[in-house]
Amino acid sequence: MTDSKYFTTTKKGEIFELKAELNSDKKEKKKEAVKKVIASMTVGKDVSALFPDVVNCMQTDNLELKKLVYLYLMNYAKSQPDMAIMAVNTFVKDCEDPNPLIRALAVRTMGCIRVDKITEYLCEPLRKCLKDEDPYVRKTAAVCVAKLHDINAQLVEDQGFLDTLKDLISDSNPMVVANAVAALSEIAESHPNSNLLDLNPQTINKLLTALNECTEWGQIFILDCLANYTPRDDRESQSICERVTPRLSHANSAVVLSAVKVLMKFMEMLPKDLDYYGTLLKKLAPPLVTLLSAEPELQYVALRNINLIVQKRPEILKHEMKVFFVKYNDPIYVKLEKLDIMIRLASQANIAQVLAELKEYATEVDVDFVRKAVRAIGRCAIKVEQSAERCVSTLLDLIQTKVNYVVQEAIVVIKDIFRKYPNKYESVIATLCENLDSLDEPEARAAMIWIVGEYAERIDNADELLESFLEGFHDESTQVQLQLLTAIVKLFLKKPTETQELVQQVLSLATQDSDNPDLRDRGYIYWRLLSTDPVAAKEVVLAEKPLISEETDLIEPTLLEELICHIGTLASVYHKPPSAFVEGSRGVQHRRIPPRAGSVESAESPEVGQSGSSEAPPAVIPSQGDLLGDLLNLDLAPPTATVPSVQPSMQMGAMDLLGGGLDSLMGDESDTLGGDIGGSPSMGAGLGAAPTVMPAALGGAPAVGGGLGDLFDLGGGVGMPTGFYVVPKTLWLPAMKAKGLEISGTFARRGGIIQMDMSLTNKAMSVMTDFAIQFNRNSFGMAPAGPLQVLTPLSPNQTIDVSLPLSTNGPVMKMEPLNNLQVAVKNNIDVFYFSCQFPLSLLFVEDGKMERQVFLATWKDIPNDNEAQFQIKDVHLNSDAASNKLQGSNIFTIAKRTVEGQDMLYQSIKLTNSIWVLAEMRVQTGNPNYTLSIKCRAPEVCQFVYQCYEMVLKN
Amino acid sequence: MIHSLFLINNGGDLFLEKHWKSVISRSVCDYFFEAREKAVEPDNVPPVIRTPHHYLINIYREKIFFVSVIQTEVPPLFVIEFLHRIAETFQDYFGECSETIIKDNVVIVYELLEEMLDNGFPLATESNILKELIRPPTILRSMVNTITGSSNVGETLPTGQLSTIPWRRAGVKYTNNEAYFDVVEEIDAILDKSGTTVFAEIQGVIDACVKMSGMPDLTLSFMNPRLLDDVSFHPCVRYKRWESERVISFIPPDGNFQLMSYHISAQNLVAIPVYVKQNISFFETGSSGRLDITVGPKQTMGKTVECLVVTVHMPKVVLSANLNATQGTYNYDPVTKILLWDIGKLNPQKLPNLKGSLSLQSGAPKPEENPSLNIDLKIQQLAISGLKVNRLDMYGEKYKPFKGVKYVTKAGKFQVRT
Repeated sequence: MTDSKYFTTTKKGEIFELKAELNSDKKEKKKEAVKKVIASMTVGKDVSALFPDVVNCMQTDNLELKKLVYLYLMNYAKSQPDMAIMAVNTFVKDCEDPNPLIRALAVRTMGCIRVDKITEYLCEPLRKCLKDEDPYVRKTAAVCVAKLHDINAQLVEDQGFLDTLKDLISDSNPMVVANAVAALSEIAESHPNSNLLDLNPQTINKLLTALNECTEWGQIFILDCLANYTPRDDRESQSICERVTPRLSHANSAVVLSAVKVLMKFMEMLPKDLDYYGTLLKKLAPPLVTLLSAEPELQYVALRNINLIVQKRPEILKHEMKVFFVKYNDPIYVKLEKLDIMIRLASQANIAQVLAELKEYATEVDVDFVRKAVRAIGRCAIKVEQSAERCVSTLLDLIQTKVNYVVQEAIVVIKDIFRKYPNKYESVIATLCENLDSLDEPEARAAMIWIVGEYAERIDNADELLESFLEGFHDESTQVQLQLLTAIVKLFLKKPTETQELVQQVLSLATQDSDNPDLRDRGYIYWRLLSTDPVAAKEVVLAEKPLISEETDLIEPTLLEELICHIGTLASVYHKPPSAFVEGSRGVQHRRIPPRAGSVESAESPEVGQSGSSEAPPAVIPSQGDLLGDLLNLDLAPPTATVPSVQPSMQMGAMDLLGGGLDSLMGDESDTLGGDIGGSPSMGAGLGAAPTVMPAALGGAPAVGGGLGDLFDLGGGVGMPTGFYVVPKTLWLPAMKAKGLEISGTFARRGGIIQMDMSLTNKAMSVMTDFAIQFNRNSFGMAPAGPLQVLTPLSPNQTIDVSLPLSTNGPVMKMEPLNNLQVAVKNNIDVFYFSCQFPLSLLFVEDGKMERQVFLATWKDIPNDNEAQFQIKDVHLNSDAASNKLQGSNIFTIAKRTVEGQDMLYQSIKLTNSIWVLAEMRVQTGNPNYTLSIKCRAPEVCQFVYQCYEMVLKN
Repeated sequence: MIHSLFLINNGGDLFLEKHWKSVISRSVCDYFFEAREKAVEPDNVPPVIRTPHHYLINIYREKIFFVSVIQTEVPPLFVIEFLHRIAETFQDYFGECSETIIKDNVVIVYELLEEMLDNGFPLATESNILKELIRPPTILRSMVNTITGSSNVGETLPTGQLSTIPWRRAGVKYTNNEAYFDVVEEIDAILDKSGTTVFAEIQGVIDACVKMSGMPDLTLSFMNPRLLDDVSFHPCVRYKRWESERVISFIPPDGNFQLMSYHISAQNLVAIPVYVKQNISFFETGSSGRLDITVGPKQTMGKTVECLVVTVHMPKVVLSANLNATQGTYNYDPVTKILLWDIGKLNPQKLPNLKGSLSLQSGAPKPEENPSLNIDLKIQQLAISGLKVNRLDMYGEKYKPFKGVKYVTKAGKFQVRT
């Protein structure tokens, strides 16, 4: 007899029949009817019409029937809130039942009925159940608080349930403790700033005691909670580690991984010379390996986490390479992860083994996997120098297989090997050239062209090869076109006599026949460069390239640290910061590994609390950055500011003067024709000197693109209302942290519109497209008013400036500091996050001039407690000039009084969210120090208003 | 925590849904179906799928996808472990875990799911507690229930729920007290073309079946416990005693359970019981190939290798196989491209051989990939690692139980490259 009978229908109509059965006098028939109803419900049939009839069956002493009715109630109460009230009485009565099972069931079910009206009735029974004598009821009630919080958070706080829940952490029963921790953790997630789980040594001790006795799931909750604690010193840290270690032998893999998280975090605090530290390291390896013998889904999550662990502490698994060998019947998602870890563990000691494996994988069925395996060989070559030779010969073997996609992948990685070890493996070029025709993927074609261009002097028929590519120039992808352009220019610089025609052909293709601005720009630059100063061209185009390194694949250290603190979570699976996850539920809680004991604490401590943005001075990524693009960078920044007027004439001049440039290159090099070109000497010089200027310009980001601000500043003389002061662009997102995307920017207010001016620079090797931007909720509701307008793809080493209009109608959340803005920028590669701070003056609106009367009344009205006083030092302006300057930033002077040689300026400011700020500025002639008093109903903004004064008056 | 669960069969039909919080529309599964389609093979569906508002964490067991929906940050392993637990519970209750059986027992399934999770938090997952709350269906019980009108839901609080030994209920009584232990070891290995071991390790478990009255306290000791350096225990095992004395001390759950699992790593020398000599080659022209496989004993410790099966995953272009087996039977499935050779017992005097020709799709080029062999085998009365149980002692009860230990070695993921 099976339940499938419940699905059969009769002619009369199912609902009608069920109704009759539900109202039957026979208990058994009733129960069968309810079962039928439940069965229909599970397959998504609507049986809500039977609500009153089912609820009538609730008053019963048959537990099974009661449970079934409860199941039904939970599903349909939401759609029939008025009817659901009918059930309340029974619930309240059941909460008093002598049988703890019934009491627990009632309170549990009641929490699942997500109807506001019912929640009011729930409070009293819940309060009793939280203090019930039976632990089973208490542990159920603990979870119920979390449920109620989900429905009505305010009610839970008002009723003081959170405190009761906190008390339960000290309960005598471990299961109750575990559930209380779980409930609190869930509640805390929606309240990022609350310190619901403020852990101290006493509570930690209780948790550790409960840890040994509660169920496996409870252990996970407790371990995850422990991971948030920061021990006071290394001794406490060690004692926690000692008590957590036995969990590594648990059969439940989630318990194991949570324990690993706690240990990985806390062992950071232990001194490295401690014996225990070494013991702990040894203990971590076996459980991690064991995770890999579990079901594939578990393996996948474990592997993603192991990937983090081997980056943080490669020593743990350095002898376990073999467990990551790929098995034939592993699912593809496991195979790819294992491969990644194999490369991370590759070292001189095991490289032979690894290469043999990788070569084996290259003959597998799955194309994605094979490609990745080939790429892995290249990564090994770059990582383990001693193996490079063997890797190259393995790659050559693979090229001999002539399997199309293997050959293409191999060529792409060989290009990288050339860049790491120049002038070492060029003997293989001949073999590569044989496969030229089979390349049909842009990346492989581009790589091959790069190789031909780079080693043009050693390839006899380089010009023929490149010419063959040139035939279909317009059908190639941008990547290939750019590479082809560069390669031919290189060729020309190396063998000028034979290739003059070719270079002219490619330059005209790029500049005249192409719609792609990147290509055109690059073409023009080469053209100009070649025509004006061929020697400089040679120096620039054929300059020595920085070597690439393997670090590009590593996760950036601050992110890695944060992820280590989140082992076992979704964040660790996606290798993204936790703040990027599960919308709206959490504020950003940066977790950091505590500093190691014994390290110089005073030096380190200020850094620990800060958010990630302020660290690591921006630097050019050594491995990335193609030489070519560097030119573009140069072109954009300095010349515009210095000789803006020269440019147009130059462009025209350059076109027809190319011939001259070529002559000079071929003939007597000392004869500089460039001198004739209108305005171009300075330009040529600028470019010629480029390689030395470049690092400075890039490193000191403010210099780049600061021109706009400078211009405004020039206009800001004395006596005239000036425009909004724009801070020079600062570096917001260093390329290191964003896979090669660098963003610097500033904010401006122009004609009442807030704008975010950004310079986006691509320092990676591939083209970036599909840009988009989003802000986190912030104090003033700033949000992009339109999409990020990056219309063309951003080629390597190109910079573009964009202006993004902002609105202030977005969602509001108070940030710390108040003017903090968290931004996410997406491109085709990934999503990146940074935070920046905007000047508050951005929010000063144009109609911020207050009526005098209103000003007086308001000034009196705001309590004196809200007044803040500041000193503005070293301002050498008289009061009128200052007033004019401030007006440019929408700080309006309403009145001026002069008392005993002291000018008192009364000023008003209105913020976009209609907060008024009133100020009194005292200026004494001859004294460069001003006194500023600010009054506002929201005193927290005063500090930032003061900063705006400082900024405006001093610039 | 876990928000909802959807059960989806291999054909893409969603046949059961359960929500522990508010109801989430089943349309959320569209993201899963998308991933499912992309993966081609059901085994290759990624376990964690990101959607705009939720995360879908799924496992694939017995041709059913268990798809859970989560909305907040939850440890994915926790969810995956829990889904496996659900599948195991169904197996335990109904003897199998299939779409038909779930549909046939839909009400019990629903009651179980409700009992296992509350608001997404695990509530009762121990089989013996669940069985006290909801009795598993048996033909006898459903007859008795129909006659007497009694229910299959327990009326009282399960005793184990809150004790510090939640895995055992009080008042267990047997007339024959017995304890059986099965030491089962699986060899995971990769051998290369020439037969050299690329990688080999042993996954061992000790399965127990303990039917004893009262509250017996057992201690199991080994002759050579030093073999075990990587172990995972059932929660009943006292870890401290293992740490200090290398004995397994525990109060057992009632009935069948897995006492421990262990892992003997690739660094120790793992004995490989058989060798495989193989040659599979395809000709450049003529759309054909040759196959020649011989299996022989290697390190069997004097025991017989049984249930020997060789499975070969052939390249797609292989249409049929015309072979000759000196022992056992072979079968080539042209749809799945799997050649299965069922050998049976390995006779060291006369080695089994499979030889013959393969025909390929005409005109197709020589396949690029190498086929791979998988071996299945079984050796009774042997734990290949050499692990031996020394003795089992009982404290706390007066009776003399009957004790037994059995050893068996199997091939796990045992792969030979060609």
